[in-house]
Amino acid sequence: MISQFPLLAALILVIIGFFAITLKKNLIKIVMGISIIGSGVNLFLISLGYKSAGVAPIFTNAPKLEMVLPIPQALTLTNIVIDLALVAFMLSLVILLYKHYGSLDIRNRRLKG
Amino acid sequence: MIEKNKNRGMSRIVKTISFIIALPIIVFGLYVILHGHLTPGGGFPGGAIIATLAALFLVAFGRSGVKESHKEFLSLLESLALVSFILLAFLGLGSTFFRNFWANTGNIFGKSISYGANSGYLPTAGTIPLMNMLVGIEVLAALSLIALVMYTGQVGDEND
Amino acid sequence: MNLLLHAPILAISIPLLGGLATPIITKFGKRVRDSWIILSLLFTEFLVLILTHDILSNGIRTYTLGAKFPTDTIPIANFIPVRIVLELDAFSVFMAITSVTIALIASIYSLKFIKEGTAKSKYYTLLLLLTAAMVGLVFTGDLFSMFVFLEILSISSGVLVAFYSHKGEALEAAFKYIVISAVGALMILLAIGLLYGHYNLLNIAALANVLKFSFSDKVALVLLIAAFAMKCGAVPLHMWVPDAYGEAPAPISAVLVVASQAGLYALFRISFTLFSALPTIEIVAWSVIILGVLSMFIGVIMAISQKNIKRLMAYHAISQTGYMLLGIGVGLAVIGNINALNSFGITAMEGGIFHIINHAIYKGLLFLTAGAIIYRVGTKDLNKMGGLAHKMPFTTIFFLIGALAITGLPPFNGFASKLMIYESVFRFSPLLSIIAMMVSILTLASFVKVFYSAFMGPKLKEHNEIREVPKTMLIAMLVLALLTLLVGLFPDIVVDNIISPAAHALVDQSKYIGGVL
Repeated sequence: MISQFPLLAALILVIIGFFAITLKKNLIKIVMGISIIGSGVNLFLISLGYKSAGVAPIFTNAPKLEMVLPIPQALTLTNIVIDLALVAFMLSLVILLYKHYGSLDIRNRRLKG
Repeated sequence: MIEKNKNRGMSRIVKTISFIIALPIIVFGLYVILHGHLTPGGGFPGGAIIATLAALFLVAFGRSGVKESHKEFLSLLESLALVSFILLAFLGLGSTFFRNFWANTGNIFGKSISYGANSGYLPTAGTIPLMNMLVGIEVLAALSLIALVMYTGQVGDEND
Repeated sequence: MNLLLHAPILAISIPLLGGLATPIITKFGKRVRDSWIILSLLFTEFLVLILTHDILSNGIRTYTLGAKFPTDTIPIANFIPVRIVLELDAFSVFMAITSVTIALIASIYSLKFIKEGTAKSKYYTLLLLLTAAMVGLVFTGDLFSMFVFLEILSISSGVLVAFYSHKGEALEAAFKYIVISAVGALMILLAIGLLYGHYNLLNIAALANVLKFSFSDKVALVLLIAAFAMKCGAVPLHMWVPDAYGEAPAPISAVLVVASQAGLYALFRISFTLFSALPTIEIVAWSVIILGVLSMFIGVIMAISQKNIKRLMAYHAISQTGYMLLGIGVGLAVIGNINALNSFGITAMEGGIFHIINHAIYKGLLFLTAGAIIYRVGTKDLNKMGGLAHKMPFTTIFFLIGALAITGLPPFNGFASKLMIYESVFRFSPLLSIIAMMVSILTLASFVKVFYSAFMGPKLKEHNEIREVPKTMLIAMLVLALLTLLVGLFPDIVVDNIISPAAHALVDQSKYIGGVL
């Protein structure tokens, strides 16, 4: 059970992120919720590649040749870059929205129906 | 007093020290970019390390230290690095797209080593270090531009 | 260099290169930039057309990025495919043709629609990136690059939705769109992680070979279907559609239609190629059918009461997506039963797939005419328009063609695909077919309302200076209207040559696996 702990932590992070997106009313907290879900998914991906008694998959000065899987690390790195672009775009939208409406509350909006 | 400082940045000591500390940061960032095929890192983390200098200079020099020419230069640098990256991928079209045509040819960045644990020989791995360098330049330009534009507004394209 | 051999990757990388080089090319002048954009898209269209011709005669084509020669998918014998593999079958090239054609027409339209001095070169960069992402999504053969192209599509279309950043509503619409897209894409990545952790494979064909349908695979399937249904705007995850389509510039709304249908492509690729041997596939198929029926019904009900012309068309887009989900859901439900499949299952799938291209054509035409009205009149509110038929005759005719096509009247193309869906769904379950026909009647009702209030009636005195729209916009609309008419008059040519191979390619899982392994 203790070896499944990273997967459990990733699931908890995703659930916390979902609560943040659906229940919070401040725009920046919603953006933070998306970032938390991204962190949870990254943790989940990295912990998939674990082999017990494996070292980092780097050939330079490697102590032994039994390594953890390198592909989830590539997937996670790509996901980190994508989430960076997403958060940058969402934060610029928040800046412009604040300039237009003067508040960060999602309840005052003009698009209805 | 506070308004004057927010636009003109911090004191002269901070401005001088920020120049001094920029040098080790740039060297460390270039080390991470260049050794991307041997140690963890590569284009994106190395570029992000150098892009923290944008935040440093923004805090030290304030809004009045950011000029239009800085933002236009960064935008041009980013476009050039991206286009060169894709053209480098096109150069492998003799076999396939993105082919590592430079590896094992014996030039700089083209020497061969055998499989297995070694102590890290820099001029190997073909197009990977070249693409790492181009991605590093692109990432540092893009992230610095994001930081500057978020603080000060548009990149002067009212006339396109 | 053999152009056909490298055409799959060139069709993705030429728009990418064109879009990223646009800020540099702009320094040489505006006409150079305009011709650069149109030339890149024309070359991409040419590549996709020669690929279609080749795939329809010779079968599946693969391309491995970075190998010694393009079809070197398995470098070590009897092992797994390594490297990113692009795999093109008939359904992929069909979606690619739709996407690139609509993108080309939208960029011709935007030559005059987007006014100079509003970051037009960045607009074109994003439009070309969007095209590259759409073509990449349908050409790729492994799950993770599908996720990456989906994210590129979401972010670039999100920025284009927020293009009119001086109005607050466009920013709200873009924020809602990007939050929902981001959550959906992260769920897709979670599902990809679940599948990878179980099988150590990311390639779709290799995964389809070894899939064993354990519990975690079913969880992955549910996550993938929910996220891709969100991406194409099916009810109950449709909240972003009216806002995003309504606030984007008109040519971008036309391209967003095709971008949502790329999500539909991914949904069908996952359910047919990966999971078609699932023992409980009926449950999955019935949930797709129920999503389709709900979308049809709720889309058209909410559309009748809209006052904003583009929001109305966006709700109709939701309703038409329901038709596609219904058609292909029926095909998925009978995929285990060979007799039913041959008698009406394949026809239902052909109807659904045919509806994809028809919907792209006539919905694109409708959005472009709405853009033409907004370009001249300056307002989106139907209550403030009236009597435009006197001043804008061509736009009126194009709108009429689009409205008749969407309601499914002959001789336009909506009739052909809707008839195929009605007939085959009737043999599956008569109630669904009757609901589909009622939705069609309600669609006609709402478009009669729009046509009457916008175009008919006396001239309003505040519209005295309105003339017809510029010629490039008219040419773009004319091409779409001609396509509507031609596909409607000769549907069997289109169905036999393009749609039927696509439907058979979806059903035939073993040919897809054989392409790579």
